[in-house]
Amino acid sequence: MNRIDYLFQTKKERILSIYVTAGFPNLEDTLPVMEAIQAAGADIIEIGLPYSDPIADGPTIQESNTIALENGMSIKKLFSQLLGFRAKIHLPVVLMGYLNPIIQYGVEEFCKKCKELGIDGLILPDLPMSHYLEEYKELFERYGLFNIFLISPQTSEKRIREVDEHSNGFIYMVSSHAITGAKAEISPEQEQYFERVAAMNLSNPRLIGFGISDAATFQLASRYSQGAIIGSAFIKNIKNSNELNRDIKAFIQGVIG
Amino acid sequence: MMIQVDEKGFYGNFGGAYIPEMLYPNVEELRENWEAIVASPTYQEEFQSLLKDFVGRPTPLYLAARLSESFGAKIYLKREDLCHTGAHKVNNTVGQIILAKKLGKKRIIAETGAGQHGVATATVCALMGMDCTIYMGELDIKRQRPNVERMRILGAKVVPATSGSKTLKDATNEAMRAWIADPVGTHYIIGSVVGPHPYPEMVARFQSVISEEIKWQLKAKEGRENPDLVIACVGGGSNAAGAFYHYYNEPKVRLIAVEAAGHGIHSGKSAATSVLGTPGILHGSKTLLMQTEDGQVIEPHSISAGLDYPGIGPVHAHLHEIGRAEFVGVEDEDAMKAGILLSRTEGIIPAIETAHAIHALHQIEFNANDLIVINLSGRGDKDLETYIHWGNY
Repeated sequence: MNRIDYLFQTKKERILSIYVTAGFPNLEDTLPVMEAIQAAGADIIEIGLPYSDPIADGPTIQESNTIALENGMSIKKLFSQLLGFRAKIHLPVVLMGYLNPIIQYGVEEFCKKCKELGIDGLILPDLPMSHYLEEYKELFERYGLFNIFLISPQTSEKRIREVDEHSNGFIYMVSSHAITGAKAEISPEQEQYFERVAAMNLSNPRLIGFGISDAATFQLASRYSQGAIIGSAFIKNIKNSNELNRDIKAFIQGVIG
Repeated sequence: MMIQVDEKGFYGNFGGAYIPEMLYPNVEELRENWEAIVASPTYQEEFQSLLKDFVGRPTPLYLAARLSESFGAKIYLKREDLCHTGAHKVNNTVGQIILAKKLGKKRIIAETGAGQHGVATATVCALMGMDCTIYMGELDIKRQRPNVERMRILGAKVVPATSGSKTLKDATNEAMRAWIADPVGTHYIIGSVVGPHPYPEMVARFQSVISEEIKWQLKAKEGRENPDLVIACVGGGSNAAGAFYHYYNEPKVRLIAVEAAGHGIHSGKSAATSVLGTPGILHGSKTLLMQTEDGQVIEPHSISAGLDYPGIGPVHAHLHEIGRAEFVGVEDEDAMKAGILLSRTEGIIPAIETAHAIHALHQIEFNANDLIVINLSGRGDKDLETYIHWGNY
């Protein structure tokens, strides 16, 4: 069974997914950061593949992408770092990235490598549903990779149902009209959107991301979904850290309490 | 083979709409509605009237007698440089702002490199009384001061893009992020034949007035609608798409797309995407793209900021792939010389983008007495600094 499905079957609420850019803050930090995230009690690790033009990301994650690229991170490098990582990491691991670097690597080769290493799913913000269904679905399924779709407050009910039909694992609910890390608070309109989607009785679980940064916003998101994804706030927390284990533990435990 | 966009926004292998879900409703709204709106009589009435009285269309098709004589061919210049704001860019912004109004949008955003598209957008926003924000790379803001001030005089807010390389591609990223942040009230006026479907085709259609006019003007002057060659410069490729549009499917008309070869195509400082690019995805469409082996986008170089883009529109990638258009790379120094040549032979100081197209006359083969149309996409006022700095005149 895919580790993501296993997680959602065994844990029904307050699931915390942590995003970190590969090769950030330093090139060789990828695996140590993953281990620290697991040790601190998070449930899913989302690893960002850095890209020169991340259009769905706000300034914090953009900057981490730039730094990671300057550090020399690439898909090849990441895969070499992840060789054998399943000996240490049992949490579900999802790769988040933009389509272009994956196409240049070779999509099938990428999927094959993900399976060999033990990656569970992919979040590709610039791969819309129609292109996924026509060009990639069969390939992803062949290699046991879950494709995680995003929905936003503007997504129509009809389309949310379609997303639900084609989703594996969970649905990534973008909390607002925004890029990552843009807002620190959750507004009443956003809560209405959370409620509206919660009431749809979708077959897939949902995690809320964008604008989730601390215990209060995690708590609120968890009221309307199975949990949340934290990215920018985590990146800020480790950006200038000289004691990664300690700072990651403090951050994650501060969020989950 | 007919050259036209298919239902999913592809020209052959290139195009599509690779966009985040957050932009899906906006792009879908546009895709579903734009053609019907543009075809409606009320739209056409307003559009045609503005093209005539505000932009100054039709622009002349001018027989460049002395240039013709020196090259031994009959060379016409399509005078887009005489459009209001100094370049063809305004054809598209007029078209899109009427569309935005009909879609009930209140706010306009746009990206700009050298500032020409920014000025053309700020101009139509002032005309329509709409709120206008222009995203421009921090580096370009420093390099293109007069255009920044023109936009501000016109009432637009100019926001610096401070990420990545701080130039056009980053300004485009910022504009897309701003669109994600206000999907309901905002329309994004993309300035070239790039971006997710339906933008490339929509912008090409607004620019296609160029070749539409060339056809009847040439008929009146020469008794034939089709020249032997049409030459245009290509950055993203909007003026070329406009000049080629009604000739795509006239195989006897040679289409010459002129790219910026910078310091030399293989010098590492170039923007010759047709040679250096490989298929990839940028700003929502699959196209030829300058990128590293790892798929990171490379910052191009050209002396002209308008050709300084790491991709080309998907239609041009297709024209290149099937061999329908011939691609020529013109270096910085040669473009500058061609700018001086046109100034001295015809009394027209061209934009440096356009000067690349002029220089192509030296680099391609044609027959004596061929009928050639060069799209004179913009005037050189904005480039005075670059001419002065170059100094070789």
